[in-house]
Amino acid sequence: MNYDYLIIGNSTAAVGCIEGIRAVDDQGSVCVVTDENYRVYGRPLISYILWGKTTEEKALEYRPADFYEKNNVELILGVKATKIDPKKKTVALSNGETIGYSRLLCATGSRPFVPPMGGLETVEKKFNFMTMDDAKALDEAVTEDSRVLIIGAGLIGLKCAEGISGKTRNIKVVDLADRILPSILDKKGSEIVQKYIEEQGVEFYLNNSAAKLENGKATLKNGEEIEFDVLVVAVGVRANTELVAEAGGEVNRGIVTDLRCETTLKDVYAAGDCAESYDITTDTSRVLALLPNAYKQGYAAGVNMAGGDKPYDDAMPMNAIGFFGLHVITAGSYDGEEVVSGEGNVYKKLVIKDNKLVGYIMIGDILRAGIYTRLIREQIPLDEVDYELMLSRPAEMIFPKAVRANDVGGAKL
Amino acid sequence: MKRVYAKEEWCLGCHLCEYQCAFANSGLKNMVYALKGKKINPRIQVEGDNKISLAVQCRHCDEPLCVYGCISGALSKDENGTVVIDTEKCVGCFTCILSCPYGAIMPSDDHKAVQKCQLCLNNSVGEPACVKGCPNRALVYEEIPD
Repeated sequence: MNYDYLIIGNSTAAVGCIEGIRAVDDQGSVCVVTDENYRVYGRPLISYILWGKTTEEKALEYRPADFYEKNNVELILGVKATKIDPKKKTVALSNGETIGYSRLLCATGSRPFVPPMGGLETVEKKFNFMTMDDAKALDEAVTEDSRVLIIGAGLIGLKCAEGISGKTRNIKVVDLADRILPSILDKKGSEIVQKYIEEQGVEFYLNNSAAKLENGKATLKNGEEIEFDVLVVAVGVRANTELVAEAGGEVNRGIVTDLRCETTLKDVYAAGDCAESYDITTDTSRVLALLPNAYKQGYAAGVNMAGGDKPYDDAMPMNAIGFFGLHVITAGSYDGEEVVSGEGNVYKKLVIKDNKLVGYIMIGDILRAGIYTRLIREQIPLDEVDYELMLSRPAEMIFPKAVRANDVGGAKL
Repeated sequence: MKRVYAKEEWCLGCHLCEYQCAFANSGLKNMVYALKGKKINPRIQVEGDNKISLAVQCRHCDEPLCVYGCISGALSKDENGTVVIDTEKCVGCFTCILSCPYGAIMPSDDHKAVQKCQLCLNNSVGEPACVKGCPNRALVYEEIPD
């Protein structure tokens, strides 16, 4: 079989790519190959399924039931792509078949990183928390009497803790770092969120690690022992870069892409958690494994694969996440001058550098945060906005009259 | 598509649009029952002071960052270009609040989902109640060609 567009992977970047292709080309043939056995689902929903805030059925409605049909996409489930031949422009599959392509998107995502932990092999009930199948297996294993040990106090580990909290409140979290969520929060922010999560009954063992595991018991680095029934390993993720690397494409921590989302292999594009992109807030190429970025990168890739011209040139870290009702929104880089406010569970930090907002943290009060995100994304000079108002709260009124008239008044700039 | 535009030179800052919005989306027939003694949570927000004010609500962007970033598929663009929210699918992660450049999406009263302007096409008013109720025509509902 030959397709105009072949997509490896079937998550958000793939959906973005399909919608990007179809914005330009409504005729070309599209095929999606995935090793999972589901139509696309909102991957971050797995914790909400466990928590009872949504269902598997609803998660599978990330796109309408007729999404593949309507976009004329061939969907191959449960089959792994094993090799890209960029010269012949073919992809070999685990079922022995080979598919040809004109343009290829690698949207292979990431996989859990499992550090060496002595005795891990003795643990019967151990899980990762990345996929629908992971969530289902964990849901089956956890009962109201379960003692759950989570390794990793990052986004995945803590969303997992929240997810299972409806079943058991016996949850302990171990992390090597001395604070929670270090990838998105500063020290003060970590303290606020940690305290709040502890009040929900979750216990933390920070600056620590599981030195030795045996079925039912973990011995920590500091000698403490934790008895557990279920282990979740959520230490981190690694980008699935192998297919492109083995085909000769350039790979760092993620697959190297240009602003058109093309890899160093001709006609091979990459998007989502497997790929790097250019972070405008740090001036570096890096993996930004976040759903909004995956969509936008996939969409841009799709447009470009179909002959359009859409640079993906406004990427940055951005997170919206809540734990037990306490909401956190963060974006950008924290390297710069800080303006901090808030009390109790409400905290705001704005980070300013070279007359621009480059990053922010909002905890507790997250209303209209996107206006700050816009300041970062559009790199708007702060001497062109109402600076004092901007510091006090995000508002359309911070912008000059001409911008306001363009934004909401129907005038053209 | 037809959108609501705010003319700040005509805006009195009276906040009536906020009350019209809250009433239109309350599902109730009686304005007093819908609003009296309640803290309203309108989808349109008046900013500013006595001198300059304007009302901000969803722009139904051609490239809707809220839809792009939605983790559940609850936000989508319908066939008319209106950005709509399926509150049954929404899990209240607030990624859209992170994404919206106008601050035009907000948590619903119970914080279980988000809410946003859907131009009153989904409620019994059938056309933007804020525009209908604006005493100084500072809000208009019209199509402006590109």
